Parts: sequence; structure tokens; C-alpha cells
Amino acid sequence: MSMPFSFKLRTKRVNRSFWGSFSLFTLLACFGAFMILPLVYAVNNAFKPLDEIFLFPPTLFVRNPTFNNFSDLLNLLGESWVPFSRYIFNTVFITLMGVVGHVIFASAAAYPLAKHRFPGKKILFQIVVLSLMFTPAVTAIPNYMVMSWLGLIDSYWAVIIPAFAYSLGLYLMKQFMEQMPDALLEAAKIDGASEYRIFWTIVMPNVKPAWLTLIILQFQILWGSDGNGFIYSEQLKSLHFAANQIIYGGIARAGAAAAVALILMSVPITLFVFSQSKIIETMASSGMKE
Amino acid sequence: MSNWWSLKVQEMKNNKQSYVLLAPYMILFAVFTILPVMISMILSFTYFNMLEFPKFIGWNNYSRLFLEDDIFLVAIKNTILFAVITGPISYIACFVFAWIINELTPKMRALMTLVFYAPSISGNVFFIWLMIFSGDRYGIANGFLIKVGILLEPIQWLKKEEYILPIIIIVQLWLSLGTGFLAFIAGLQTVDRTLYEAGAVDGVRNRWQELWYITLPSMRPQLMFGAVIQLTSSLAVAEVSIALAGFPSVNYAAETIVTHLIDYGTTRFEMGYASSIATVLFIIMLCTNLIVQKLLRKVGE
Repeated sequence: MSMPFSFKLRTKRVNRSFWGSFSLFTLLACFGAFMILPLVYAVNNAFKPLDEIFLFPPTLFVRNPTFNNFSDLLNLLGESWVPFSRYIFNTVFITLMGVVGHVIFASAAAYPLAKHRFPGKKILFQIVVLSLMFTPAVTAIPNYMVMSWLGLIDSYWAVIIPAFAYSLGLYLMKQFMEQMPDALLEAAKIDGASEYRIFWTIVMPNVKPAWLTLIILQFQILWGSDGNGFIYSEQLKSLHFAANQIIYGGIARAGAAAAVALILMSVPITLFVFSQSKIIETMASSGMKE
Repeated sequence: MSNWWSLKVQEMKNNKQSYVLLAPYMILFAVFTILPVMISMILSFTYFNMLEFPKFIGWNNYSRLFLEDDIFLVAIKNTILFAVITGPISYIACFVFAWIINELTPKMRALMTLVFYAPSISGNVFFIWLMIFSGDRYGIANGFLIKVGILLEPIQWLKKEEYILPIIIIVQLWLSLGTGFLAFIAGLQTVDRTLYEAGAVDGVRNRWQELWYITLPSMRPQLMFGAVIQLTSSLAVAEVSIALAGFPSVNYAAETIVTHLIDYGTTRFEMGYASSIATVLFIIMLCTNLIVQKLLRKVGE
């Protein structure tokens, strides 16, 4: 076969016509190309020497790959007022704190919502589901006011603390926990364990696959956030902010911009590749159930 | 009545530990989500410039918004256009691609999932499209079209009113196969295999009937989830518009409700007015979501 991919059916299923499969997989391949080409272009651009970036007609693939763009980027950043390592530290710190806090807080809240019966449970969960339906833009202004009352403006915490309480994570975690066998929890209760102990020693280790999902979704949000509107000190700004300045810097920096783009996108994609199967496992339990 | 109440209080006392576990999340959730929504609704009835104390002005902001603000009408038109095009297309695309991918071998399935999910997970790399639609002949779109001979000279894609909207829609679609798409991939794997065999015996003739009578009804929870996610994100288009078309865009061609909100909130500091825009958006999102959920309950019936 000279075809690059051979689309084999996973299991032989009834009711499948050859031409039906053929046209569907062709459709998939075409749109797949549309999805991936801009990213392929971005990767190739990062390795293009400057004269190739401004070649006419523009090319998709690099001809004489070089690492110059990356060294240019390093030089450029070496000259900047705030050392580049500082931007990296900021982003890593914000992402790490936000992700860890979210996993713990959302799991702690999801456990009673999934497994306990208590007054107010239904309404609390309904409110969380409802909040899936709006965008943060709706509350941007009052959020700023709340932040300034709490004295969080111009600190990492303005980005980190709200991230603890995003609603998607709680929602997915609750749906996942519902599938845990009750017998497991009952046994611990009979042995006299407190709910906190049960949560920490039994529930948490059992929902590890769902952690990964929360981690990757949260990572994605925090990695891409620039603290816009809350963080003003140059020393506290994120990698993304620094990257944007290079990207919109114009022609002189086209090479460095391409390099920075590659760095920014490769981290979350790599993370996803390693956690893909667990994420899909968690999502399998997600649904708009009451 | 008091009996019922004391019963509830007793029940709450018995479940003290549940509330303690819930508390940290719920307190933060209340402070950073519920409280701001309420403040925003209250502010929408005031004149507030961040310097003086808010002054109550009743429905003035709303009447100004709908009767006097021509640009808001453009923003509403654009937002609805986005939502009507990108919402359903991305939703259907999420499902169709997940459905086709589901028939591949596990390795191919993982690869294709990555291919379709990568754009939405790769952070804010949609500026790649800035290079693609760059206005000179070195932009990929211009370069290609000139090479093939369709164009004679480069087009300023992002500076011409008639091109801006379609380009943002394309980029938005490119970005939109996110969480909903993953939920569909996952949901398809949970559909009970024996249902298909039973269906084949009962006279399901082709994959389309299988889809409508077996697959879709089994996935109703994921379909609901996906709908909420796709709809909300398609009503909140702003980032892509600002990154590609600039802010404000040429003659407001790419103005959306959210960019309008950002304009009044962070540039003009008319907080009361911006809050009324936020409230309108909130209500639109809520209503469309409820309608869509009602419709989805009918799938496969």
C-alpha cells in the first residue's frame, strides 16, 4: 500500500458500506489537514532562516533548518529589562499553584456532592452547572472590584485564587466520583474513619485518572493566561505576556516570534499526548445529569 | 413548619463534615463567581465611573443600549452571526469527527484526536493566522493566491470589512474543537456495543439509522454537555476578534458583545453601562442554553 495511512476498522461491524467508509475517512483527512497545517506551519517557521521566512511565494516546509531563531530569542531576552527566567518562573508558579489548588479544592467539594445526601446539595450543584454557561467576560468588572477589596491586585494570587474555584473541574470530578462503588466507602465508615480521612485516603487515590483531566484543562487555561488587568508589575508578568510583546514586535523579530510560538504551544500539547487516555476516560463519565 | 425546619437543621448538623469539605470551594466560588454576577446586575442600574459613588439611574443604561447605541446593535448582529454559524457548525463538527474517529484503530484514534484537539489546546497560538492572513505578499494566503494566479496583488485581509467576519469565523471554528469534542470521543466509547448487534437484528440497515436510533440517544448526557460548552464559547467571541482584527476593528466590523463590553469597561470606564452589557450577555447565554437543552431532549425520539 502506498497510502500514508491505512484506515482499518477497529472491529468488523455490520451495516458498513465500503464507499460510505471511504468518503467519511476522506472527509476526516481533509479537515484533519485544515486543523494541523497552521500548526505545522508554525513549527516549520521556527526553524526557518530569516530569508526563508520572507520568501516569495511563502513555503510551508523549511528547506535549510536552523536554530538561529532560538538563539536570537535568547539574545533578545537577555537584553530585556526583566530577565527571561523571571517570566518563566512566574508562569510556572501561577500554573502550578492554580492546578494543585484546583485539584484539591474541587475534589473536596465534589466528594460530598457525589456521595453524600444533605440539605442544599441539589441547589449547590445546579448553581455550579449553571455557571458553566457563562464566560468570565461577564464578571470582569466586578471581579476587579472584588480583587481590589481583597488587596489582590498586582499579585500572583489575583490569577491563582479564582482558578481554585473554576466550575468545569468540580463538575467533571463529581460525575467521575459517582461511579465509585459505595461499598468501598461504607467499609471505611464502619471501620470508624472520618469523612475527611475517607476523602483523603480512599477517594483521592481512586480518582487519579480524573486528576489528570483537571490538571490538563486547568494547565491549559493558566498557561495561556497573561494576568491581563490584574497584574501590572513587569516582574510579575507571565511568559505569555513576554511572548506577545515579541510576537507583535514586527518584521525584525519575525524569527524570534516563530520560535516563541513553538515553545508556547509545545508544552500543553506534549502534556496532552501523555495524558490522553486518562482524559478520555474521565470525560466518558461527563454528562449533563441532574 | 417549625418541625420541618428543626428536622432540616438536625440533618445539616449530622452532615457537618460534608459542608466542611464543600466550604473552601464554595466560598471561593461565591466570592469570585456569584458575587460578581450580582454586583454586575446591581451596577447595571447605575452610573458608575470608578471615581464617584455609583448613582442610581434606573433603566437608563438599558434604554441607551438598545435605542441609542448603534455600535451595540452591530455587536449584537455580529455575535448572533458568530453564534448561529460557529455554534451549530462546531457542535456538529465535534460530533461528526468524534464519530468517524471512533471507528479507527486505537493508535489512529489517538493520533486523530490529537490532530483535531491540538489547535484548541495549544494556548493562544491563533496569531499564526495573523501570519497566514498577513496583508503583504509574504502572507501564506496572499502568496498562494498570487502564485496560482487568482490574485494579482495582495489583499489586506484583516483591514477590509467584508473579509474580517468570515476570517474570524474560520479561525474560531479552527479553535472550537475543545472540551466538547473530547467529551464526545469519550461518550462514544461508553455506548453499549450489544445495542448495535441488537439493532442489526431488529432491522437497522445502515450506519445512519444506527446513528439516529442507537448512538445519539445513548450519548444524550454528553450531547448536552457539549452543547453548553460550544454555545457559551461561540457567544463569547472576543479574543480572536481583538487579536486578528484589532481593537476596535475597522469600522467595528468585528465588534462583538464582549469587545463592546471591554471597550466601555476598560477604555471608557463607564462601569454601569458596561455592566448592563454584561447582564444582557448573561441573559442571552442562559436563555439560549435552556432552549438548546430542551431541543436536545428530543434527540432520537
